[in-house]
Amino acid sequence: MYRYDEFDHTLVAERVEQFRDQVKRRLAGELSEDEFKPLRLMNGLYLQLHAYMLRVAIPYGTLASRQLRMLAHIARRYDKGYGHFTTRQNIQYNWPKLDEVPDILADLAKVEMHAIQTSGNCIRNVTADHYAGAAADEIEDPRIYAEIIRQWSTLHPEFSFLPRKFKIAVTGATTDRAAIRVHDIGLQMRRNDAGEPGFEVIVGGGQGRTPLIGPTIRAFLPKRHLLSYLEAILRVYNQLGRRDNIYKARIKILVKQTGAEEFARLVEEEWQHLRDGALALPREEMERIKAYFAPPPFETLDAEQTAFEARRFEDRDFARFVRTNLFAHKQPGYAIVNVSLKPVGGVPGDATAEQMELLADLAERYSFDEILVSHEQNLVLPHVKLAEVYEVWQALKALGLDTPNIGLVSDIIACPGLDYCNLANARSIPVAQRISTRFADLKRQHEIGGLKIKISGCINACGHHHVGQIGILGVDKKGEEFYQITLGGEPGDAAALGQIVGPAFSYDQVVDAVETIVDTFVDVRQTGEGFNQTYARVGLEPFKEKLYAAH
Amino acid sequence: MPLIKDNKLIEDPWVTVINGDALPIEECIIVELERWQTARQELIARNGRLGLRLRSDQPPALIAEDLAHFDLIALEFPVFKDGRAFSYARLLRERYGFGGELRAVGQVLRDQLVFMRRCGFDSLEVADEAVLDAWHRAKREISVFYQPATDRRPWVGKLRHRPEVPTPPVHEDTVVAHWAY
Repeated sequence: MYRYDEFDHTLVAERVEQFRDQVKRRLAGELSEDEFKPLRLMNGLYLQLHAYMLRVAIPYGTLASRQLRMLAHIARRYDKGYGHFTTRQNIQYNWPKLDEVPDILADLAKVEMHAIQTSGNCIRNVTADHYAGAAADEIEDPRIYAEIIRQWSTLHPEFSFLPRKFKIAVTGATTDRAAIRVHDIGLQMRRNDAGEPGFEVIVGGGQGRTPLIGPTIRAFLPKRHLLSYLEAILRVYNQLGRRDNIYKARIKILVKQTGAEEFARLVEEEWQHLRDGALALPREEMERIKAYFAPPPFETLDAEQTAFEARRFEDRDFARFVRTNLFAHKQPGYAIVNVSLKPVGGVPGDATAEQMELLADLAERYSFDEILVSHEQNLVLPHVKLAEVYEVWQALKALGLDTPNIGLVSDIIACPGLDYCNLANARSIPVAQRISTRFADLKRQHEIGGLKIKISGCINACGHHHVGQIGILGVDKKGEEFYQITLGGEPGDAAALGQIVGPAFSYDQVVDAVETIVDTFVDVRQTGEGFNQTYARVGLEPFKEKLYAAH
Repeated sequence: MPLIKDNKLIEDPWVTVINGDALPIEECIIVELERWQTARQELIARNGRLGLRLRSDQPPALIAEDLAHFDLIALEFPVFKDGRAFSYARLLRERYGFGGELRAVGQVLRDQLVFMRRCGFDSLEVADEAVLDAWHRAKREISVFYQPATDRRPWVGKLRHRPEVPTPPVHEDTVVAHWAY
């Protein structure tokens, strides 16, 4: 895992002091809220419906135990004892006091964390595959490159006032788990004909009010050119992206209106000037960062672990947990353990200080000190010995972290919605809670099988509803909350946007509607079909019939 | 309007001529792009220094061939959020080799000052004197730079691999321009 050196430490410490001074001047009345706003936004501090909200960056979703413990400490000391993990692998605190925020940032700096560029029209926290460093289908650890991008983009003098926010996602695996085709830039590691690793570059995907699947503008980019190519893309966007209309300012609109081919040509033209310039990353710097992400000292183990198999056989609850929450590890005898933050009736993505501390302890003891945050708002212990999964599971049970529902109908992504966010039109969290309560019966969930529900409280789509198999969008109809449902979305390799099923449902109707859709799917599916396969075969009609027949 | 240049507040010796106003007799004038395009010969024939003001929708590629005629280019920030001029400044300095005064005009936030310096601006039109304090502060507040830029300050990726033990970067201005009033 990456460790700060003197330069990284100095920068973060200077940022803390700079912000402390700004807060001091705000509290003394030297700065008006209008003047303070752009300053606080550069440090991830929003003013929400009821209070300030601080968004802390978790670069590429990777945490060490001491960092997770500090996040727990902050939750307890400065907030109401919990934090909220987001779809961008960040954590948000909903109740910090303004005069304490500099202290929070100083505490974060002690464990090499910050809130820089978690808001504003700049390059945001870079996200990555949440099985990075552990998945069997990985060419290289994407976090090497995400860290290189993090550093390059930090306080970038040219790209801190872009037309709009800018999100980059990286995967080093052949299966996309980072939703790279719905990001401003998606980078997927590929090998060229000579077998050398590099990147496929995807630009102009996104969700929000104009959802688009990003086109590939370069099939293969050698690794050494990563930063100069990114700089070329950003420079084209910074000059040509629309600034007259906030809803048309993202790069996806520029790429769409220019045409992917022409946009690629503009980037290549700019890149010709930059490719062999100062941004060519020194080899020794690449190697230095790479060394931090070297695999941990795995033991040589048998792929088959008899004790583990025996536990699975004896204990049905454990078997259920294994079926949904474990994922194949690249190293024989190890497993990736997913920890669900979606208990029945719970708030998706919320974790208490005690839960964070428990996970920090477990990571230290069983997972080489590492925890990953998924964009699906769950946590991951990436390197657990199969022989120790049972112990981990028992420890998780003590604090309700053992919900065996990863990928199931109750593993719902939801944005904070109207309970917190001043952009929202409708509540998201209570809808997620009511759905997971409706499907509380785990046996039923397992029978239904994999099904991804994603809920956003407004058109900005923080809850990724466009790429949910069942997507739910909160809308405001004459002051009343309504929910529009889409079907068939997919964030990964076969990225697709969901189709609207029909007229929206009221807050009271929406859970019934979801249940009707799920029941219809179970009725019409053929053996072995997932939701989107069934949907591709039968279309909207059977769902429409059931949903609207009575009306 | 006051001007920050060479880290000091000075009276602006330049006069900006807007629209079709008659060209004044002052030595240093700044004209808009439209004026340059329509009265090019007249402007070249004048004695004295010539500056050009570009709006944020006027990329420097439009005048890349004409740079030899200008002692100053003023890039406009109509609102602080409009960051196009950061790219324009770098292109002027790094691609087109402009060595004259590069001035930021319009709405500027104090937190942008450090970015402006890094992108090659060396003067700044300000609303009031308080900005001078911010300008000095901006120099002190952040000392670590993660990317190469116009100011050619040593960046972290390089500093880390210097043969000797790296020292924290110094706060001196790197002068890219070769002009003086």
